[in-house]
Amino acid sequence: MSSWVRAAPMWLCAMTITSWAAALPEGLVDLGRPATESEIAAWDIDVRPDFVGLPPGSGDVWAGEEIWLVQCASCHGDFGDSNEIFAPLVLGNITEEDIATGRVASLTDPAVTRTTLMKVPTLSTLWDYIYRAMPWNTPKSLTPDEVYALVAYLLNLGYVVDDHFVLSDTNMAETQARMPNRNGMSLDHGLWSVSGAPDVSGSSCTADCDVAVTVTSSLPAYAMNAHGNLAEQVRDWGPYPGLWTAAEPEQFAAASTVVDAVLAPEAALTAGGCSGCHQMTGQLVGPGFDAIRAKYAGQEHAAYLRDKIVNGGAGVWGSMPMPPMPAVDDDALQQIVAWLTSGEE
Amino acid sequence: MASDAEQGQLQAAPESFLSKDLVENISRDGINPGRRSLLQGAFTAAAASMVAPSLMADDDPDIVNLPTWTRSLGKPVVANPYGQPSPYEANIVRRQSPGLTRTDQSSVSFTPLQNLFGMITPSGLHFERHHQGWVDIDPRRHRLMINGLVETPLVFTMEELLRMPSVSRIHFLECGANTGLEWGNVAVPTVQYSHGMLSASEFTGIPVSLLLERAGFDRKRATFLLAEGADGSSMTRTINLENALDDALVAYGQNGEMLRPENGYPLRLVVPGVQGVSWVKWLRRLEVGDAPWATKDEVAHYVDLMPDGTHRQYTSIQEAKSVITAPSGGQKLLKHGYYDITGLAWSGRGTVEKVEVSVDGGRNWRGARLEGPILPKALTRFHCDWVWQGEEALLQARVTDSTGYIQPSRAQLVEIRGTRSIYHNNAIQTWRVGVDGEVHNVQLG
Repeated sequence: MSSWVRAAPMWLCAMTITSWAAALPEGLVDLGRPATESEIAAWDIDVRPDFVGLPPGSGDVWAGEEIWLVQCASCHGDFGDSNEIFAPLVLGNITEEDIATGRVASLTDPAVTRTTLMKVPTLSTLWDYIYRAMPWNTPKSLTPDEVYALVAYLLNLGYVVDDHFVLSDTNMAETQARMPNRNGMSLDHGLWSVSGAPDVSGSSCTADCDVAVTVTSSLPAYAMNAHGNLAEQVRDWGPYPGLWTAAEPEQFAAASTVVDAVLAPEAALTAGGCSGCHQMTGQLVGPGFDAIRAKYAGQEHAAYLRDKIVNGGAGVWGSMPMPPMPAVDDDALQQIVAWLTSGEE
Repeated sequence: MASDAEQGQLQAAPESFLSKDLVENISRDGINPGRRSLLQGAFTAAAASMVAPSLMADDDPDIVNLPTWTRSLGKPVVANPYGQPSPYEANIVRRQSPGLTRTDQSSVSFTPLQNLFGMITPSGLHFERHHQGWVDIDPRRHRLMINGLVETPLVFTMEELLRMPSVSRIHFLECGANTGLEWGNVAVPTVQYSHGMLSASEFTGIPVSLLLERAGFDRKRATFLLAEGADGSSMTRTINLENALDDALVAYGQNGEMLRPENGYPLRLVVPGVQGVSWVKWLRRLEVGDAPWATKDEVAHYVDLMPDGTHRQYTSIQEAKSVITAPSGGQKLLKHGYYDITGLAWSGRGTVEKVEVSVDGGRNWRGARLEGPILPKALTRFHCDWVWQGEEALLQARVTDSTGYIQPSRAQLVEIRGTRSIYHNNAIQTWRVGVDGEVHNVQLG
């Protein structure tokens, strides 16, 4: 006890400083242990623009296309140009002059859709991101050679490399030197350094200020309900009730009728990760739930569907494989299968 | 004036026999003997109120006819072991902006700023931004690694991190893309969607400076940190070592409890004043380095397009900004008379020095009252008295921070940055109050 009392003032003193100078509190060195080499290798997978961290390997455009069609095309389109799920990666609008100057000229044109390849200055980024986070539903399942091949295919779609190109750790740097927007980034702003200077300043005028007060933009009446009925999105009893923007006239909510239909177990679908690839209506990465429910209406399909969810599958709805879904627990599995087999509402 | 008051009266809902909470209680849990007696009580009360002869014209029936909750036994403790908001607050939830994203895993939900008070966001209403979905991490199996330019690369368990000396600090967290939909024109109706990628919490954790000291970082060569998440996306962002050593935290606590899973349970980086994407959630690793990493969210996203076609890279610090949260877009003033115009102001470079409010579109300004405590890189709540006589009004707020920086008008901001940069829109917001009391999001020119 007495030793604690003696130690306390020193300890409190250390607590008042924000940045720990050389002195660590006594005993703190016992917290944490050295990381092993294989632990660091398992996690430290980042690749910098100077290619520190890049693993050896190689892959060509043709191999990249094959992997692309199986692993990437369902979200990004066969040619990386899909705008269905994510913004387009590449649209074939990179010019030779862009590659020569390292500045994508069409970035000044508001009519041109900005693709990933139009923006990214560093090849290392594409490599790093695909390796750590792709494919969307099974990240970190690609080998380094597969990533080299996929990056080669993407560059080929953007006319940065030709059809026979082989990308490897030995030519990453020279290939990066062909990136169409490699000179398009600017650090000439005040938002990076703590002491950076602002580029815009407001006015300190407080009376009879010379400002334009004409309304130049507001939501058109037809768009007022685009975010749903605003009256139901604010506190409905306070001083500021929400505007009624729903199509039907304002009225007191009728008692909801009880229906026997098996409702979609939305919480289970979200928590289980299903909605990452399936939507209620229409194909996303996988088939829409509407199509699955139509095809497998009836209890006799329950065991089959349970197996597909637990163990995954491929080839029924297209080439994109469905991974096993370990996040779907028994309760969720029962709910989901009951709903899928319950037939049309 | 009498007619004004008449016109502004709230319309009362029709009387119900059953209280709303009793109905909800029953529909949730069915009728048990206790509820059966409550029901009987309610029916009796309803019958009584129907025959009650004593209600005079000026009497408020909600006072004279004692409500059910005043004449019945309340609910027991731990009916909700984790407390829930009143069912009457069901509208006040995080919401998505329809059509903004095509997947719900790489998406955002917005904080309902229009109905919040004070300077703290309830944890359950903290906005969400995920890049590849959110995950439930077992804290027993979570580790933090520190490697790179350090004497000894280290691994910490959560148990070890919770033993370390901690600090608790209140900070705002704003997405760099907050208000990003409004660069070109008005695109959303309410402050929830225009400014709701903003929240604030008390965060508890360990100063990054202490952890780097423990690992023995290379003071001569270290200039940047890489922060990396443990989720599927393993999100990475480069952190300026200046920011990291100044006041960044490796945090596990949020508003007195552990972080919510959507906000990074069990561990996230807190980089006060810097945009939210750098506050890496589910934090598993800090790497000390001597060059920035140019990660995906530093080259393909979170880069600000300028009119000359260049992108500003590593735009991180959130400059001073303010917004009136009530009255605000999508709401309606029901009565003439007194209103407390209130809102939030913040700066990623320090404290809020001053907030001014205009009701005429920026021609004339007067000082707002700031609520304390006024903390660095935190939200500051402001108030301004206003008597509305039914005239059209253009409401604006303007903040000045401790560096002397004054929040720009939209015209001033757009003049330099154009309308396509997506990120870091800190322009003055305008709400137009119509003669009918309707409040709409507008831009002036």
